[in-house]
Amino acid sequence: MKKLTINKNTKDNIITYGIIIAAYIVMELLINTGHISSLMQGLLVPLCVYVILAVSLNLTVGILGELSLGHAGFMCVGAFAGAFFSKCTQGVIPVDLLRFILAIIIGAVAAGIIGFLIGMPVLRLRGDYLAIVTLAFGEIIKNIINVLYIGKDSSGFHFSLKDSLSLGLGEGGEVIINGAQGITGTPKDATFTIGIILIILTLVIVLNLIHSRDGRAIMSIRDNLIAAESIGINITKYKLMAFSISAALAGMAGVLYAHNLSSLMATPKNFGYNMSIMILVFVVLGGIGNIRGSIISAVILTLLPELLRGLSNYRMLIYSVILIIMMLFNWSPKLINLREKYSFKRLFKKTREVQ
Amino acid sequence: MAALLEVKNLGISFGGLRAVDDFEISIQKGQLYGLIGPNGAGKTTIFNLLTGVYKPSEGVIMLDGENITGLKTIEINKAGIARTFQNIRLFKELSVIDNVKAGLHNHYKYSTLEGILRLPSYFKTEKAMTERAMELLKVFELDEEANYLAANLPYGKQRKLEIARALATEPKLLLLDEPAAGMNPNETMELMETIRFVRDNFDMTILLIEHDMKLVSGICEELTVLNFGRILAQGETAGVLNDPQVITAYLGE
Amino acid sequence: MSFISYLINGISLGSVYAIIALGYTMVYGIAKMLNFAHGDVIMVGGFTVFFAVSMQGLPTAAGIILSVVLCTLLGITIEYIAYRPLRQAASSLAVLITAIGVSYFLQNMALLIFGANTKAFTSVVTLPAIKLAGGQIMISGETIVTIVSCIIIMTGLTLFINKTKAGQAMLAVSEDKGAAQLMGINVNGTISLTFAIGSALAAIAGMLLCSAYPSLTPYTGSMPGIKAFVAAVFGGIGSIPGALIGGIVLGIIEILSKAYISSQLADAIVFMVLIIVLLVKPTGILGKKIQEKV
Repeated sequence: MKKLTINKNTKDNIITYGIIIAAYIVMELLINTGHISSLMQGLLVPLCVYVILAVSLNLTVGILGELSLGHAGFMCVGAFAGAFFSKCTQGVIPVDLLRFILAIIIGAVAAGIIGFLIGMPVLRLRGDYLAIVTLAFGEIIKNIINVLYIGKDSSGFHFSLKDSLSLGLGEGGEVIINGAQGITGTPKDATFTIGIILIILTLVIVLNLIHSRDGRAIMSIRDNLIAAESIGINITKYKLMAFSISAALAGMAGVLYAHNLSSLMATPKNFGYNMSIMILVFVVLGGIGNIRGSIISAVILTLLPELLRGLSNYRMLIYSVILIIMMLFNWSPKLINLREKYSFKRLFKKTREVQ
Repeated sequence: MAALLEVKNLGISFGGLRAVDDFEISIQKGQLYGLIGPNGAGKTTIFNLLTGVYKPSEGVIMLDGENITGLKTIEINKAGIARTFQNIRLFKELSVIDNVKAGLHNHYKYSTLEGILRLPSYFKTEKAMTERAMELLKVFELDEEANYLAANLPYGKQRKLEIARALATEPKLLLLDEPAAGMNPNETMELMETIRFVRDNFDMTILLIEHDMKLVSGICEELTVLNFGRILAQGETAGVLNDPQVITAYLGE
Repeated sequence: MSFISYLINGISLGSVYAIIALGYTMVYGIAKMLNFAHGDVIMVGGFTVFFAVSMQGLPTAAGIILSVVLCTLLGITIEYIAYRPLRQAASSLAVLITAIGVSYFLQNMALLIFGANTKAFTSVVTLPAIKLAGGQIMISGETIVTIVSCIIIMTGLTLFINKTKAGQAMLAVSEDKGAAQLMGINVNGTISLTFAIGSALAAIAGMLLCSAYPSLTPYTGSMPGIKAFVAAVFGGIGSIPGALIGGIVLGIIEILSKAYISSQLADAIVFMVLIIVLLVKPTGILGKKIQEKV
């Protein structure tokens, strides 16, 4: 019996990793044999970004059981911290890969720290209140970045929240973050391979965390906060741990995102609440707490509008209808009953497995 | 010998309502102690005060010579009090064994990083935790259901699992809030045996709230009867149950 | 003097937020769900008037009535098709995501019909502006109508809930659906009614908003919707006076920050105030404290 759980978890995880690696090999083959459109190729890095975002948000929503609508804010912090670092060190660190790895670490740490600072006061709020506060924080982060100006000259860094002129840059100074114009000229270091490696890294962190002592503590808080307290589990510590790790991973996705674009701006579209909501859609549709489900739904929902491209103007309309239908199909108690009644499993009279 | 649990002058008010007033209790190590009283007498409130869910308005709680008054629930658990709940509170989406392993949390440790990197300490500690958890599950005859989701256990077994989880935290004092609620007479008999077994084999001191008089008179050595938040009677079980005041409180005028 | 004009503008914007927030708060109180599509009903209300008056040349009054009727029907339909099947769903997130789907649907429907270009909305208000303090303060007709509408709606709704049978049924359903059902209250009907009222109010809010800020796109309702939701939470979600207070306070903070601090940071300031309020009072200004029984 005891062996069974370990095997089951391990087997489950191996399948997840296997899917990622298989998808990578297939894509690489298709690219190398020229069977894939440039449009599709351009989607590969964003796909990796969304997968990481979905998996990391699932840590907060599915494993910790708290609703966050500010995930894009952490992605935004990571993106700007990472791009800022890359821009500053472009001439200093000649090896692109090394610089990118450092940028990823810096972006993740920056987002993790912001996640920790935000989490400390707000994680005692519950449910919908936490959701709205995280949404608010996401918007605040985006707004502040839009008025943030940072420049560099011989005397060091200059900051301003007004405009680039008030930076007072000296001779040969350079504006790095230019308010709403953001950062331009970030080195395009992101590749599909690095994206896949980061996905695997995210999976290792999240899956191993879930199946460890800390993961158990986090899930016990989700299932019953009062009982978790009664057996001596430090609620604040584990809530913050899950939330910060989730934020740090979103930051990592942000770095990847930033290094795939020539100019990085914080717009409502990429870092606003709409983005946070889209990531949440991936998580809920893939199954709350189901990591592999998050990956699959992130991929499908990102590709869906592209696959529907032939339908031009109708594609987002169809997307929304599909979303509503899928939610009703997956979650409506009536439809679930109906499905169970006519499912193949029942027809074959397969005994119902527990767990 | 000093008592394991010594409570003096404990009281709490909610708004204007005096829920518990001047509560005193002294439980010796190894005792099986019962807390009884009509519905709404304040029994569960006392458990909540003892475990830090509520902060007492006044009074002192001493556990094994240590003042634990006003500590947080987590600290009180670490000091040595574990409990079960009247309305079962299991980690429903975790397996039965993981519920117990969550209880072992503060006694088997490895760092987050060791867990994520799967260092040898992770495997070693997890193995030890699994073994210990299985031992506890065996006591409650739950070992065969170790990999079930806790939510899928039948009611009686869920109650037992809660006790196993509480024991996993290695308490000095175990508080059981209506452990026999919803059980049939056979299950109750079985539970009585288990509670006795726990006391003898784990060297445990147990305070329990119960309505089932057969269970109370069968296993409790001493009783405290509460009525309207105040102590009505206290002492050895047989004497207390024959107290005319207690009989009146239970059966009415 | 300009401070007073800003303040009045703030109250006016706040009144719109309050009307929208009412829809959120009532739906939340009764169905325990965040209706993310509520903001988009505002947009539908705006476009209906635009279509009827500016494109078809109907009289303004006809446009207003058409808009309210259409939005009311829309609210009932959305609830019936998209939310009702999920009322007993295992996770409350399911209906939240469906609401997001509905929001996308309405936006893209409007995009298909009217295109992405910003439309110039003709104000539905014909009342002239009033000048006060010798012309130093000017209050536009839109401002007056907005504030007056808000007062009428608030009073009307409070009376409706406290004095009518249907209103009492709404209170009962929001307290306890099961018990309400046992008392013979038509729970489904009551929830439909709540969506109908909320959506009708959204239509009115949409017209007022577009009259004051006369540009209309398929995404017009989105941000005011979010802010009204913030206002509802701020005042204590589920509370009608809370929605009013939350809306007005939010509107004033927004306009004053735009005027005196930074127009780009106005939203950030609004959200910051919300966070501070929630940290001090976790269920909003007028929210009830709920404690879990152990």
